Amino acid sequence: MIRYLARRLLSLALSLIAASIVIFAVIEIIPGDPAAYMLGLNASPEAVAALRDQLGLNGTAFSRYLDWAGGLLQGDFGQSYTYRVPVAELIGERIQVSLPLAAYALVLTVLIAFPVGLIAAARRGRPADWGIMAATQLGIAIPNFWFAMLLVLLFAVKLHWFSAGGFPGWEGGLAAGLKALTLPAIALALPQASILARVMRSSLIDTLHQDYIRTARAKGLTRRQALLRHALRNGLIPVLTIMGLQFSFLLAGAIIIENVFFLPGLGRLIFQAITQRDLIVVEGVVMLLVFAVIVVNFMVDIAYGAADPRLRRRR
Amino acid sequence: MTAMIEARGLSLAIHGMPILRGVSFALREGETFGLVGESGSGKSMTALSLMRLLPEGAEASGEILLAGRDLMALGEAEMCDLRGREMAMISQEPMTALNPVQTIADQVAETLIVHAAARPREARRIALERLARVGLPPDAIPPDRYPHELSGGQRQRVAIAMAIALRPRLLIADEPTTALDVTTQAQILALLKGLVREEGMGLMLITHDLAVVAGMADRVAVMQEGRIVEEGDTESLFTRMRHPYTRALFEASAHQPERRPTARAEPLLVAEDVVREYRMPGLRLFGPAPRFRAVDHVSFTIHKGESLGLVGESGCGKSTLTRALLGLDPIDGGRIRLGGEEITAGRHMPARLRRRMQVVFQDPYASFDPRWKVGRLVAEPFHLLETPPEDPAARVAEALADVGLPADAADRYIHEFSGGQRQRIAIARALVLKPDLVILDEAVSALDVSIRAQILDLLADLQARLGLAWLFISHDLNVVRAITDRVLVMQAGRIVEEGETERVLTAPEHPYTQTLIKAAPQIPAAWRKALHG
Amino acid sequence: MRARLPLQLLIGAAIFAAFALAALVSFLWVPHDVTALNIAAKLAPPSREYPLGTDHFGRDMLSMLMVGARTSIAVAILAVGIGMLAGVPLGLWAAARRGSLIDEIIMRGNDLVFAFPSLVIAILITAVFGPSATNAIIAIGIFNIPVFARVSRGAALSLWTRDFIMAARVAGKRAFRISLEHILPNIANVLIVQGTIQFSLGILAEAGLSYVGLGAQPPTPSWGRMLAEAQTMIYTAPRLAILPGLAIVLAVLGLNLMGDGLRDLLDPRLRRARQ
Repeated sequence: MIRYLARRLLSLALSLIAASIVIFAVIEIIPGDPAAYMLGLNASPEAVAALRDQLGLNGTAFSRYLDWAGGLLQGDFGQSYTYRVPVAELIGERIQVSLPLAAYALVLTVLIAFPVGLIAAARRGRPADWGIMAATQLGIAIPNFWFAMLLVLLFAVKLHWFSAGGFPGWEGGLAAGLKALTLPAIALALPQASILARVMRSSLIDTLHQDYIRTARAKGLTRRQALLRHALRNGLIPVLTIMGLQFSFLLAGAIIIENVFFLPGLGRLIFQAITQRDLIVVEGVVMLLVFAVIVVNFMVDIAYGAADPRLRRRR
Repeated sequence: MTAMIEARGLSLAIHGMPILRGVSFALREGETFGLVGESGSGKSMTALSLMRLLPEGAEASGEILLAGRDLMALGEAEMCDLRGREMAMISQEPMTALNPVQTIADQVAETLIVHAAARPREARRIALERLARVGLPPDAIPPDRYPHELSGGQRQRVAIAMAIALRPRLLIADEPTTALDVTTQAQILALLKGLVREEGMGLMLITHDLAVVAGMADRVAVMQEGRIVEEGDTESLFTRMRHPYTRALFEASAHQPERRPTARAEPLLVAEDVVREYRMPGLRLFGPAPRFRAVDHVSFTIHKGESLGLVGESGCGKSTLTRALLGLDPIDGGRIRLGGEEITAGRHMPARLRRRMQVVFQDPYASFDPRWKVGRLVAEPFHLLETPPEDPAARVAEALADVGLPADAADRYIHEFSGGQRQRIAIARALVLKPDLVILDEAVSALDVSIRAQILDLLADLQARLGLAWLFISHDLNVVRAITDRVLVMQAGRIVEEGETERVLTAPEHPYTQTLIKAAPQIPAAWRKALHG
Repeated sequence: MRARLPLQLLIGAAIFAAFALAALVSFLWVPHDVTALNIAAKLAPPSREYPLGTDHFGRDMLSMLMVGARTSIAVAILAVGIGMLAGVPLGLWAAARRGSLIDEIIMRGNDLVFAFPSLVIAILITAVFGPSATNAIIAIGIFNIPVFARVSRGAALSLWTRDFIMAARVAGKRAFRISLEHILPNIANVLIVQGTIQFSLGILAEAGLSYVGLGAQPPTPSWGRMLAEAQTMIYTAPRLAILPGLAIVLAVLGLNLMGDGLRDLLDPRLRRARQ
């Protein structure tokens, strides 16, 4: 297991380095002179030079990358050109909305998908399965931000159960904060839960056809016991992979859905930064998002190793 | 004595397809009952019917009486209570029959726990005891191992431990040794025999191999197309064989094709000191990765027109050697020459050299691209010619005719053919370029005995007519005896014995060869004599 | 059970064909010009003249949806094309050289691209080149590459262990030729099914990108942008938000049903199970 962990850690570090190189190259090398790009066509050469100086954009690409990456390691994402504050500070504020939202949605996804997938697999071919398959087929097809609008229409406009948007901040207490994130989290979670429930169902049905399930039944286990004691753990392995992928969808979805609910998260920050050509902010936020995706997939790999003893030995 | 379990008029259809047609038999307490038949005869479905673990879409009728109680009338809950307690089953494939993410001790203990026969701690203690009983003592095989850390034979022992944990009255073993090597098979059969004796358990042994039941069963039933065609005490069944199908099965299993010697003294393929190594899996930060020598200084010669056998158990290096001979994998030492020219693996091997050597594989289902028609499949080796033949269709038809198939077979897809016909097509593909040497890699191992006998006849005939050389790789000594002039015995990457087939098989010199021959199940010679006398 | 399989495929294909047809017709004819603003007729309810009513600029909703279908389908198809053309050869190459350095590089490269959700790729491209529908195509297309590479490598790997591949090698064929002659035709089913899935995901992703302004730009109508514009009027004219959403749901649903039906039809494993 330690060997497996060491290997995964090494590949985690390499992935992060590779991703940071790609992001750096797109933002700071492709536009030619980022400072000139940020100021637009009408900027004077003096102003461009001054900005370049201020942002630390002088020097070779290689040395700039090392500076930037070194800064990242210490939590320094550079200076925002429009806000005139450290990018880390901006991110620090906004992440308090986006990350909890994505995590909330992931929890809901799992809480919905696991039981639903399990029921569908246990009742495969029967009406309950049929209903679940039809409902999830629809759930997959619904864009989350549109679903969010419908939720606003129903729960905020018609029923007045929730406010239509905005975020009171965590200072107002955990309950108020969670309440403000509930509709967006539901909107994010239902389509993903539909996918996960279907993956769970088909993976469980696959494992139910394995020889060892027949062995278990020959030992005297009931159908339900065979499903819960043998199929579940084996069937969970592909489900984990999909969960890792889903986190990146949830994170991207969170950024889009913030628009529907006027949430002051990373999405607002980054879309403003794009229109204002604040490349340093874009670079920082993108790096953070990619970092989150890579780390979550690393954790999935570890969970894999825990779930499947065959993986611990080899590779 | 009354029957412990009895089937009366058992019939079964799956999705409307009849599988069993009125099967009746009875097993007495502590008796070993052999059920023999070819694939598709319904023997496995009989076992699943007894356990009431039939696949979806199956409809069974008839009676199954366990100690007088009709199982067909029982509810699922009552069946769950009986399974594992009164009747247990082990199946053919030890690689997939165990849960890969649970330790072996837990899997054995589970039998006790689900039947509330013991509390977890006690269940584990009994599980370890049972594991020790089947030859997996905790000090040699830690009980917290996972199935993938065990060999095939060890896994089958775990499956047996699981099945006998509650000392059931009936153990159904469905082809328990078919996937195992012959020496492992002998050990597992000995274990089952001992268990029957000591535990007083009834054993229903399902197999395709007449020799296995001959040495194990008290009584034998022969199945054909969902019916039991003959049944009786083992010795009287083997010495009389009233039903023609039983007799045909028996003749086919010992079939000796008529062979004309075609071997000449001229060497065709010469292997000298061939070495092939693999890097071992596993991560090592420093130093060279450990290497596994799959083929270890192997030397031999195949003469023109000769039929040479290569015998060994799985993992002995047969397949690795085959790939090296075919020039598919590079070798790490020694050299291989075909007609004086050196075989070098990969792209440097000239087409004119490749043309002289072709191959037939074991699995008639995996040997062909399902999307190609037979004509194109058989013609694939034409790729090795500098210029394509003028009349490819005629060449293909000729090759098909050589293996006894009509020319219009070329226009059909491979899924339209049976296993035996596919193996003929594989031979046609190997012959289409008129090679000097054909490597037959377990080419008849996946076939039923009656089909196997026909293919062996075909091979003998082809060799006599075309004068080509066979390298016949097999784990089955009977087959090797039937079709080869000389034989090599391979163990752990080395050739340990070499000689005339008859001499090696009757008077083996190397201890490993002796073990192999002793382990192979045989129908007693006295019974054979009685039958033919 | 048996009757449901073709049904699923038929319903899905019918729904999707309706959208594809609407998109094609929109090139030749639409009920009303979608670039002409007619404030006098704004927010008109459905009528004979405007079957689905008009939006806040008086544009005909039906015409907007038809042209929007064009955008969605074009973006998604081109993105699938990019993903297949780049991903499948990479996957085949990796499988042909399984265990080698090339395989390792391709697979690690895949993992790297997987870490960039298509939204993030679109953000990066837009930040540097400005917003356009092409960005959406490239962003979704790049995201599709590792999907196809992984699927084709996985399917090809299991084929490479089969004896018929060994037979082709004994017939002197090189890995490239074997990949083309034997592997590709045998994984075509898998690729078709995956293609439909990525197509429907592409429509969803395009809608999301144009909703946040990273996709098609005005005046090109697109379903996602229609939703973004409708959002401010959700209290007064919910119809404007509901119609484009329904269009997305139906198109995606149709494609998914089609994909599931195709998989049931083409997957030999399932076919065997059914017999």
